[in-house]
Amino acid sequence: MRNKIPRVPVREQDPLVRAANFEEVSYGYNSQEAMLEASRCLNCKNPLCVPACPVSIRIPDFIREVEEGNFAKAAEIIAQDSSLPSVCGRVCPQESQCEGSCILGIKGEAVAIGKLERFTGDWSRENGVKFTDKAPLNGKKVAIVGSGPAGLACATDLAKIGYDVTIFEVLHEPGGVLQYGIPEFRLPKESVVKTEIENVKALGVKIETNVVVGRTVTIDSLMNDEGFSAVFIGSGAGLPKFMNIPGENLNGVVSANEFLTRNNLMRAYDPSYDTPIYVGKRVAVVGGGNVAMDAARSALRLGAEVTIVYRRTEKELPARVEEVHHAKQEGIVFRMLTNPVEILGDEKGWVRGLKCIRMELGEPDDSGRRSPVPVPDSQFDIETDVVIMSLGTSPNPLIASTTKGLETNRWNCLVADENGQTSRKGVFAGGDAVTGAATVILAMGAGRKAAAAIDAYLKEI
Amino acid sequence: MYKILKKRDLNPVITLMEVEAPRMAASAKPGQFLIVRAHEKGERIPLTICDFDSSKGTVTIVTQVVGASSRQICHLNEGDSFTDFVGPLGEPSEFVHMSGEKLSGMRFLFIAGGLGTAPVYPQVKFLHSMGASVDVIIGAKSSSLLIFEEEMKAVCNNLYICTDDGSAGRKGLVTEVMKELLEADGLQKGNQHYKCYDHAVAIGPMIMMKFVTLAAKPFGIPLTVSLNTLMVDGTGMCGACRVTVGGKSRFACVEGPEFDAYQVDFEEAMRRQTMYRSIETEADHNCKIGLH
Repeated sequence: MRNKIPRVPVREQDPLVRAANFEEVSYGYNSQEAMLEASRCLNCKNPLCVPACPVSIRIPDFIREVEEGNFAKAAEIIAQDSSLPSVCGRVCPQESQCEGSCILGIKGEAVAIGKLERFTGDWSRENGVKFTDKAPLNGKKVAIVGSGPAGLACATDLAKIGYDVTIFEVLHEPGGVLQYGIPEFRLPKESVVKTEIENVKALGVKIETNVVVGRTVTIDSLMNDEGFSAVFIGSGAGLPKFMNIPGENLNGVVSANEFLTRNNLMRAYDPSYDTPIYVGKRVAVVGGGNVAMDAARSALRLGAEVTIVYRRTEKELPARVEEVHHAKQEGIVFRMLTNPVEILGDEKGWVRGLKCIRMELGEPDDSGRRSPVPVPDSQFDIETDVVIMSLGTSPNPLIASTTKGLETNRWNCLVADENGQTSRKGVFAGGDAVTGAATVILAMGAGRKAAAAIDAYLKEI
Repeated sequence: MYKILKKRDLNPVITLMEVEAPRMAASAKPGQFLIVRAHEKGERIPLTICDFDSSKGTVTIVTQVVGASSRQICHLNEGDSFTDFVGPLGEPSEFVHMSGEKLSGMRFLFIAGGLGTAPVYPQVKFLHSMGASVDVIIGAKSSSLLIFEEEMKAVCNNLYICTDDGSAGRKGLVTEVMKELLEADGLQKGNQHYKCYDHAVAIGPMIMMKFVTLAAKPFGIPLTVSLNTLMVDGTGMCGACRVTVGGKSRFACVEGPEFDAYQVDFEEAMRRQTMYRSIETEADHNCKIGLH
């Protein structure tokens, strides 16, 4: 009989303290807590958690090793399917994937799979455990565009089976959204992101930064001139959307991408860096996704009073429940059923406020969510110094526009089948570049599928 | 990587550097720009590409000290390396896509202001090599701030210099010289052997480009400007560079940096450049007492 205890809670930094620093919010489990939580797992014969994991980690197997205290063995099991356990343990939406399918969740609380994964990843980092087993080089070169979750997962699988893999990254630090998008207080850059990327490099994967595929090199020049037999495009969805309302180009209006890139990649919160950032006294964040929460909580930590403005109700917020909960704890104000119609400026062209209209929920739209409609004559102003637009992102059209025969759809997403095969022979794609903005783990899953398809393709030719 | 092979001070505030960047040297085209970081904690600074040599694998940049970050760049020496050097970024100039046959019959007028002379140079050099006829106006505050005079002479048909204080060339503004040339052009139109300017390009401080645009408009000559907006990544990710062109918001980093001058909202563009100025002035101030 398994241990019938409630889910072991995870220790967190006090909300009032963390609202003023960029240290990690969640402390994670220590080994006693991890072993105790692991003892709750039923070790199902036909586990439902594994198929719910986009990279198919053998969850009950690694949890059994954690329970026994065999942490290195647990890490080895995860490493067979994921090179980023410390990342995924922190940022995956487990509640809708592995933990969402856990049998224990039907009547009580699911096993804290994410927290156990994080513990295992962190333990192997702290104890210097690395998994560098790989097949000898087979003499074939594969190029990967983008060093985000999709590219790293694809590179890992290909390197393990003997391919000579080079990742081309446009920014000066590898990691993609892990580096520029997700804040330090959710995902530490030095200890977690850098270390897990070093683990990928330890498999022989080369990462060349500062290369703009589509400008510095092209997909065709990589294949024709540099000897790459196949290319995987995991260039993400980096292009910010704006609302196209009056006042959007006033000083003080920024995209969430700009705000987060300044603060995460460029470390604006750290005074020893040169990066400027502007928060003023009050910040309004428009949008309700995880990125909006990240921007809002970053602005709060930089000293602003922060309001989140969202056009539907709290129930429809696309952000993870945990993130919304943390944001509220920290003192962020949520104004639901509110939609900006204009950004108001002062005589010098700086933001002074946000003109909004109240909304109500009408008929369900294509996505099945009830679509918000404006309430007539309900306009009102919110005073604010900064407006952060967090309305989602779309893929950068640069690669498609510089690669002949690479098909895209009307949202600029690359067209690829379930194995990542694009309309061009030898060119594969996956992650946000194909699906539009989604999650780290779905991108990793797509990277792994493409790696298998690339291997099959290169064995055939 | 990104080693500074050659450094030359063009004057007390402007420095030229030839930097090892083989991939960029092989792919750069006139009109494009790059982004550098001088050190691990530095900003990403957009700079114009002043020249490139694919056989040597080098890209030449010119930097003017205007704040803390540009000062850090200018303090690097021969043998030092940039932490990061990425590009080419942005769209090449429109004429790069034209055929040599077409270009050889065309006549261009370039208006360069101060540091804007640097990005004008590769464009003039390219057009010259394609057989186009090119006249260039260079304007600067004074003779000591004039750059690329000799280099430009070697690749253009006529070079006109003007300075605010009259210390070199004629005393006056680039707009005055441009007006005279365009007026003279107009008078010659009756002469069937005379070929008018087909296109003008102005690159310099935003305020200069604004006044060149106003002055050129009555002449009906097509005019291109290159916008030096704020940027973080330079690849379309942040949107800091957005400018209103023809009533639509555009990203200067990926859709520009060159736009039809008559469509640009210069007032907004100038205001947006000041977004972080107070913070930057502060950083510069700190730098002076702390480091120098």
